[in-house]
Amino acid sequence: MSTTTVTKSPAGAAGPAPVRPVRTDADGRIGLRANLRHIGALARRNALQIKQDPESMFDAVFMPIIFILLFVYVFGGAISGKGNNDVYVNYVTPGLMAMMGMNIAMGVGVGINDDFKKGVMDRFRTMPIARSSVLIAKIVVELGRMMIATAILLGMGFLLGLSIHTSVLHLLAAIGLSVVFGASLMWIFILLGLSLKSAQAVQGMAMLVLMPLQFGSSIFAPTTTMPGWLETFTDYNPLSNLADAARNLINGGAVAHSVWMTLGWSLAITLVTAPLAVSRFRKKT
Amino acid sequence: MVDMTRSQTNAVEVRGLVKHFGETKALDGVDLDVREGTVLGVLGPNGAGKTTLVRCLSTLLVPDAGTAVVAGYDVVRQPRQLRRTIGLTGQYASVDEKLSGFENLYMIGRLLDLSRAEARRRADEMLERFSLTEAAKRPAMNYSGGMRRRLDLAASMIGQPAVLYLDEPTTGLDPRTRNEVWDEVKRMVSEGVTVLLTTQYMEEAEQLASELTVVDRGKVIANGEVDELKAKVGGRTLKVRPIDPAQLPAMAAALRETGLDGVAGATVVPDEDALYVPILTDQQLTAVVSLLGARGFGIAHIGTHLPSLDEVFLAITGQKSTAADEITEEVAA
Repeated sequence: MSTTTVTKSPAGAAGPAPVRPVRTDADGRIGLRANLRHIGALARRNALQIKQDPESMFDAVFMPIIFILLFVYVFGGAISGKGNNDVYVNYVTPGLMAMMGMNIAMGVGVGINDDFKKGVMDRFRTMPIARSSVLIAKIVVELGRMMIATAILLGMGFLLGLSIHTSVLHLLAAIGLSVVFGASLMWIFILLGLSLKSAQAVQGMAMLVLMPLQFGSSIFAPTTTMPGWLETFTDYNPLSNLADAARNLINGGAVAHSVWMTLGWSLAITLVTAPLAVSRFRKKT
Repeated sequence: MVDMTRSQTNAVEVRGLVKHFGETKALDGVDLDVREGTVLGVLGPNGAGKTTLVRCLSTLLVPDAGTAVVAGYDVVRQPRQLRRTIGLTGQYASVDEKLSGFENLYMIGRLLDLSRAEARRRADEMLERFSLTEAAKRPAMNYSGGMRRRLDLAASMIGQPAVLYLDEPTTGLDPRTRNEVWDEVKRMVSEGVTVLLTTQYMEEAEQLASELTVVDRGKVIANGEVDELKAKVGGRTLKVRPIDPAQLPAMAAALRETGLDGVAGATVVPDEDALYVPILTDQQLTAVVSLLGARGFGIAHIGTHLPSLDEVFLAITGQKSTAADEITEEVAA
């Protein structure tokens, strides 16, 4: 419009000297460095929220302890024979790593849904930042929570007799793999959190997806005793793939197939759900 | 289209803005201008489309039709550039309640690409300015309503916006806190910020705005300078309570005899033992008081009140606003 030759001198000449650096990117695109800085500032926000509300760490701290104790002592003897609980520790701990990731990821959806009920999201969305950075910051902090949960799980595992048959590098690879897969799961739950109306709905929907995936997998028991159709399902279940990969990385054994399957699943899930989640976030009113 | 007799350029130009939510026409062809460095009050009842307007102008909603240019940027085609020049303080506190005042402002500084030191300095400066220094380290959830609004305003001012939207900034605040917020807004305007203010209160519009746009059911039903509109609506009403209520009829008769527009419409309200006198100008106010004094009427109490939103609507449209029951823009949010 010709009538809008507005001189852009915010706050007027009388105000304090402008502190905002002059930007050269005329189309307003956010550069990579600025984007990382924004993600950092928003991740700091999410971390400070945890500091303010320490109870929100309960799931990451206590879930691994309770789960590993329950599974090792309740199912361990039944699956690996009485007195062989320590054998089962080496079987179930890598599987539980996969499960922790999934449970933490579920919390992300609930958190995002809650966050949206607050005015601060409006502020973020009227600021000159990439809208995806709000979501990525959330993921960064949740991955931190996932690492804490994994560390506690492994610590408990070692107490109960877990032994690494390979090397520390293999263990780190197993942890890295569950982080990569966990991050991809978070996009699914962010998408759910942005799409469903209430946090309860997100929780309910998540349980519906989670239960069959968790128990219809090789996490808790070997799949060889399952009926054929279920075995086929568990073989393609990404949680089985991750559990197998982590197990073989820690205990030794062929890893190529399960590692590639896990990475493939992670990539596919992220490629499909991340753009959908970001576009949902952008359009949400 | 644009009033070229005015010397300044427009910081906000809205033409034919339309936004529908299903069957609901939240905005049904809105035109308005805000001159640079001034405050435009957008006055309307709940559900008139005020919040939808602000959300369209702040890139939170994409309008269905029409154009809006803010600080030289088109809200639909240049949202990224626009976000660098606007600030928004909504009806609902748009700060993170779990974070302290300082952490909120520091975060916003970092999101606006200030260095760490600069963001810290600016946050401290804004806390000081909005009298929040003492509460700087407390989580915002423990703030009073007024402190929260002030933090909200401080958050909007970190980036030194050229245009600031205030969406019902004092709804739900007590009168003292309301005055505090008004003072802050006046101060920001004196520093050259252009403000688009939505409100349900004529009093707020009169306090802050130089020009007024009255909206109802997604349409502009009147606009102009605040004084013009006030004259149209009938200005203020003077309420006079005599020492001796028996004198009320005589007082009313004396005022009617003046034949002045407005003043002659003086009416006795027996329930309140008071006389209501419509006044259009300050001169009329003086005239009424001196006339009553000269005739020897003893006055116990005297006060003026502004027309309520209902009275404004009645005067402009000849009918009461019905928007509140029919359109609920919050539902779409």
